[in-house]
Amino acid sequence: MAEQSDLIDVEIDGVWHSFPKGTRMIEACRQAGVEVPHYCYHPKLSSPGNCRMCLVQMGMPPRPRPGEDPPEPDEDGHVPISWMPRPVIACANTIAPNMGIRTTGELTETCREGVMELMLANHPLDCPICDQAGECSLQEFSVEHGKGESRFREQKVKKPKNVDVGPRIRLDDERCIMCSRCIRFMDEVADDPVLGFTDRGSHTTLAVYPGREMDSNYSLNTVDICPVGALTSNDFRFQMRVWFMKETQTIDTNCATGTNITVYSRQGQIYRITPRQNNEVNSDWMPDSHRLSFHWINDLESRLTDPLIKEDGKHKLADYSQAIAYASQRLQKYDAGEVAIVASARMTNEELYMVNKLKSQLDVRDIDVVARRGEADNYLISDDRNPNTAGVNTVLGVKDPGASLDLLKKDIASGKVKALLVLQEDLISDAGFTAEDLKQLDFLLTSYPTTNPTADAADVVLPGACWAEKSGTMINATGRLQRLNRAVDGPGQTLEPWEIIRDLIQELGGGNGIYSATDIFKQLAAEVSEFNGLTWGDIGDQGTQLIETGAELPPLLQRERARVASGEIIG
Amino acid sequence: MTLDVPAELEKEIDERITHYPVSKRSAVLPVLHHLQHHFGYISNEAVEWTAAKLELEPIKVLEVVTFYPGFRQTAPGKYHIRVCRTLSCAMAGSYELMESICEKAGIDRSGVTHHDPIAVSADGKYSIEFAECLASCGTGPVCLVDDDFHEKVEDVDALLKQYQ
Repeated sequence: MAEQSDLIDVEIDGVWHSFPKGTRMIEACRQAGVEVPHYCYHPKLSSPGNCRMCLVQMGMPPRPRPGEDPPEPDEDGHVPISWMPRPVIACANTIAPNMGIRTTGELTETCREGVMELMLANHPLDCPICDQAGECSLQEFSVEHGKGESRFREQKVKKPKNVDVGPRIRLDDERCIMCSRCIRFMDEVADDPVLGFTDRGSHTTLAVYPGREMDSNYSLNTVDICPVGALTSNDFRFQMRVWFMKETQTIDTNCATGTNITVYSRQGQIYRITPRQNNEVNSDWMPDSHRLSFHWINDLESRLTDPLIKEDGKHKLADYSQAIAYASQRLQKYDAGEVAIVASARMTNEELYMVNKLKSQLDVRDIDVVARRGEADNYLISDDRNPNTAGVNTVLGVKDPGASLDLLKKDIASGKVKALLVLQEDLISDAGFTAEDLKQLDFLLTSYPTTNPTADAADVVLPGACWAEKSGTMINATGRLQRLNRAVDGPGQTLEPWEIIRDLIQELGGGNGIYSATDIFKQLAAEVSEFNGLTWGDIGDQGTQLIETGAELPPLLQRERARVASGEIIG
Repeated sequence: MTLDVPAELEKEIDERITHYPVSKRSAVLPVLHHLQHHFGYISNEAVEWTAAKLELEPIKVLEVVTFYPGFRQTAPGKYHIRVCRTLSCAMAGSYELMESICEKAGIDRSGVTHHDPIAVSADGKYSIEFAECLASCGTGPVCLVDDDFHEKVEDVDALLKQYQ
């Protein structure tokens, strides 16, 4: 391999590879499939090189003595490497032509053993009661690179424990290995530098400035990047051991950003949500407000679990098929234009596609969704608090969400609209309708995950799955198509909204061979031009750019890209 | 509470900051020295004043203050004594010297910790702490009283008499 363009040849553990100029040694190793253990290094943060865990042996071409000829390159253009007797950190050094890196061998291994022994010297070793156990770099590297014993016979340094550093975070300073990732995150990403090291030396202590709180809406990301159990989430601590939980890769639905997340669940209960890296959507981060907004899903008291049919003004529990049959029987009586639909921009594209089918089946003229506007936060949160407004535009064909709801109200009052289907929305709480407005209707059907005032007013109530209980696709603010994957089952007779709509259509007389969300996606891909040629598999875990919405990337991502371009971070 | 920095001192500090044109952060140490010299110690208000002056977050100043044993976070007495406890002085009797000074000056060191190293006499006249090597290993035990250096200290009464 001759040196071409900007590629540099580097030998890693005896094998030659080529990498772009400027690549950090640690990244070169990663790309070559060789793991270099590290704590302080994080590709989205600056590299202080303070943990020393990534020490490797480095070699360079030998420098000829004066008068001596340089070494002869072999047929690949490589010269023999002369190894340095001292190690270097792989995280903050970049590669050079004909460089050699040894991640194994006596020097590297003794370095790692030494660093591990020093890190563990003051560590409390309280893994049995530590939340990080099972996903702790200190545990993992201790097994892989540690000595298995300690020569430290002295007293461990005592440091503050169970420190309330912010409304959502607790700190155990004795577990801290001083990697400073959290400090750098708060400085560089959250722009709220409240953390620092005080009493540097043998008593180095991670601290919040007295009187201040770590209360940024992005604070919980520090818990994710903490390689040990020093920072723990008040919400998750002591709730569940990490190895018991099932991980589901899905997306956040609290706003149009469509943050990629992992849902951790066990036996139908959600315990934790963490951000999943996607450099086109949310980098490695997510806001605390979105992360912690899942508890209502587990709260069965507030959930609709069975279909309800109103008889003589009172809701009675019904069987699902009974409820569908009753709804269909009532709906068949109306003429064209007398039935209206309010769908939801929280629905998946597949559900919206089924809504369209139902719309033609029932000859619906009035169709809209509920708009949710909020304030963008200059980081990741979009001002559109619906996750799939772009899907509503593209699949449902509603271009101005929420614009015709006032007209609908009038049409209900005038008797023009006699029946209303409210799918996955609560008109009374979220769209300015009153129970009085809905009273004029002859028939009202609603599907929703929780009990709500609109359901109280409805003739038929169907428990419809929430975002964590369904699969499908959504389009985020920038036009990226992303997959939502079912993490847990809905309670009782809860069904995914597309199943409810499918069954309603079937009962109304329109058969279709749909058995899964992927079946719908196939039809969607065939019928909606933007989706033409796409398969479920094409979307992948990182999503795929589907349409141009003209929306800019979230400001946090724009800032991150500028830092990558300036070489400050790897990205 | 804000720090009451006299105009003259602030003028001096402002001038010192101009010595660090690349980054104001570099001026943390000189600014803190000025403040400690004037106020006797670095209070929380002094940390916040410095942070505001240098456009830093207070935690970044506190990091520096807590790193250097030379910066005090509590008020010292009228005279501040530093007794060397590094090897040569320790062998020459600096721990005994410390005990003797404390006894004669009425200082109770029982509340001293790693994070709070200074003890002050009940009358506020003397304060004392251990220091690391004061660079006179041949003439131990040595101590500093404010900026005065004392070698081979044996007669504590005579020492304290000079500082009334």
